[in-house]
Amino acid sequence: MTIASSSPPSRLPLGGAEGARTRPKTDRAKAREAGGDGRLAAVFLAPALLGFVVFLLWPTLRGIYLSFTRFNLLTPAEWVGLDNYVRMVNDPIFWDSLTVTVEYVVINIGVQTVAALAIAVLLQRLTQSAVLRGIVLTPYLMSNVVAGIVWLWMLDTQLGIGNEIIAAVGADRIPFLADETWAIPTIALINVWRHVGYTALLLFAGLQAIPNDMYEAAKVDGASEWRMFWRITMPLLRPVLAVVLIMTVIGSFQVFDTVAVTTAGGPANATNVLQYYIYGAAFGRFQFGYASAMSVALLVVLSAITFLQYRLTRAGQSDLG
Amino acid sequence: MRIRTAAALMGALALSLVSGCAQGGSAGAGGNTVTYWLWDANQLPAYQACAKAFEQQNPGLKVKITQMGWADYWTKLTASFIAGTEPDVFTDHIQKFGQFADLNVLEPLDDLGIDDSAYQEGLAANWRGQDGHRYGAPKDWDTVALFYNKKMTKEAGLTAEQLGTLSWNPEDGGTFEKAIARLTVDKNGKRGDEEGFDKNNVKVYGLATGGAGDSDGQTTWSPFAASAGWHYTDKARWGTEYQYGSKTFQSVIDWYFGLAEKGYLAPFTDYTDGANPANAQVASGKAATSFDGAWMISTYYGTKGLDVGTAVTPTGPTGKRATMMNGLADSITKNADNKAGAKKWVQYLASNECQKTVGGYGIVFPATPDGTQAAVAAYEKKGIDVSAFTEPVTDQQDSTTFSFPITDYAADVYALMRPAMQDVYANGAPVSGLTKTNDQINFVLGQ
Repeated sequence: MTIASSSPPSRLPLGGAEGARTRPKTDRAKAREAGGDGRLAAVFLAPALLGFVVFLLWPTLRGIYLSFTRFNLLTPAEWVGLDNYVRMVNDPIFWDSLTVTVEYVVINIGVQTVAALAIAVLLQRLTQSAVLRGIVLTPYLMSNVVAGIVWLWMLDTQLGIGNEIIAAVGADRIPFLADETWAIPTIALINVWRHVGYTALLLFAGLQAIPNDMYEAAKVDGASEWRMFWRITMPLLRPVLAVVLIMTVIGSFQVFDTVAVTTAGGPANATNVLQYYIYGAAFGRFQFGYASAMSVALLVVLSAITFLQYRLTRAGQSDLG
Repeated sequence: MRIRTAAALMGALALSLVSGCAQGGSAGAGGNTVTYWLWDANQLPAYQACAKAFEQQNPGLKVKITQMGWADYWTKLTASFIAGTEPDVFTDHIQKFGQFADLNVLEPLDDLGIDDSAYQEGLAANWRGQDGHRYGAPKDWDTVALFYNKKMTKEAGLTAEQLGTLSWNPEDGGTFEKAIARLTVDKNGKRGDEEGFDKNNVKVYGLATGGAGDSDGQTTWSPFAASAGWHYTDKARWGTEYQYGSKTFQSVIDWYFGLAEKGYLAPFTDYTDGANPANAQVASGKAATSFDGAWMISTYYGTKGLDVGTAVTPTGPTGKRATMMNGLADSITKNADNKAGAKKWVQYLASNECQKTVGGYGIVFPATPDGTQAAVAAYEKKGIDVSAFTEPVTDQQDSTTFSFPITDYAADVYALMRPAMQDVYANGAPVSGLTKTNDQINFVLGQ
């Protein structure tokens, strides 16, 4: 995508630059062609650009503007300068919710990535069954809210089937979603359950791109599956894994729906993740200015994390060929 | 991947907004239609009956009623104010009144000629804003009482008379604590007041948990705090300071949530808003009693296999029983499409005629005394004795009622108190910490 939008448009498919060089043209003809291409490109780009401006650029700029105002959505916004940011820095609940969110992301992404990688490798090395691939994906077909409610019922301390089983084997009931120690790991694992299949499928697609002869050559050399995983699979999967990580980390930071339906941020703010806190400030307390300031902070955090990840994992380069 | 979910959600939201707009537009376009929103599905038939009578009396006017669940209701109402697709008339709650007044989205109803004395005491006055204007027409009221599983109380040797004359104090809990201790049974069949009771392995709790009560404690700690002489704010209405920092309040909270440590009150972890509210704990036999509001009468009495009774709240250190008496109202939105029709409809909703009709359904207590009487009779017909709910209103000698706190910044108070109360109940945080929360709240109010 980045290549398409950053390189100059060309009518020739691949290696257009060289092609043009072999057919010398007058400057006017070149200019005419470039102009024609430019117009055509503009026509093709227009819908996407319009969408980008209306749905991404404008809301982002307006959000940034609102973060410097006091705004309740129904009366005009009032400029307050840096007040919202000062309040944010001094707001212990904001920092607490940031910590809770990071805790969630670490558990969610950690478990999910390892599990998805294991599933993907097993899918590739052991079976090519499309049915199995379909089954792995099924939790992802369920809405987050539905999944959250179903798990809420299953894990209820008194009435949930999960705790009935725990009680039946003689162990103490576990307040999965009602205890401050358990709540975040539980929510993180509910989302792992829902998303692991999809993540595995993305990684599986990455694995398909690794030429099979590498494995065959390694086998001839007597390498074990374990060794092949570390020496072939992991290095060659790195760019895909990096992109998947960036996407899932961003998604994970935005956790909201599962929290909203299972714990509503409780008990005692133990699951008050940043998005939920922002939502409460905006739609519960009508403090859209402060909510915007926190959203800008989240944007900065996510941009920094994405940039770092991209750099550290060299996501833009492949070791293949 | 969650990005895609978000995109899908946004798409769905956009679609629903579009369809919502279309609905609003068509309703407004009619000109003779009054749109009306309410959240309680149980009350829908009663108000449909009122609408029918209203339409007969006002040829040409039509009432379009939309009902949606409590949580969706407020989200959608908020969204409708922003999008300009609000209903002409909606059922309003005191908890939200302050915020709507702040946002300036309500139409003054001074010209409807609402007479305060035509309704149960205090109901009409609550709906006057700080500017002195009326923003709600009284609709109904509810109080809180103790629901109990008759089979369990009988087994524990407690009579209806005993349960109806309980008293409590923050030192030893009085006869109320004794009763719920007696009703608590552990895994080995030992009762809470017996030697060798195992508080860590309780089979049936004496009292169901209704959560930490947030900022109002309506069906949890408020009957106790109020019967100890405490009130939320410095003034009955539009107070400027909350009093969660008071010694009285904190001693009540300490004692009340202390009941969970003793094993008599179900722990916080047993409460789930959606999956396991207080009535579900009683229904499943995990708790013997629960405090709940009059709006739950039909639910408790309609539970299969549950023989239920009700008792008034216990008498407190002030020598009186206390319960919140909360009243709903009908409000007209400032940007209502059909304001003239809306005013007629609200006038009718507030009339004795409509309230008697609603009362006849035996679902809720209407605000006019005649409407209340009709409801009591309707409940009686169903074999339900509702005196535990009506007595606090009629018997001023032994009972006192109080209102939901009405102040500015109600949503902020809720957002600050909710986690603070959960911290006390769920994590055993000291009640003295509530003083700091109270200071934060008063700081917000003082802005």
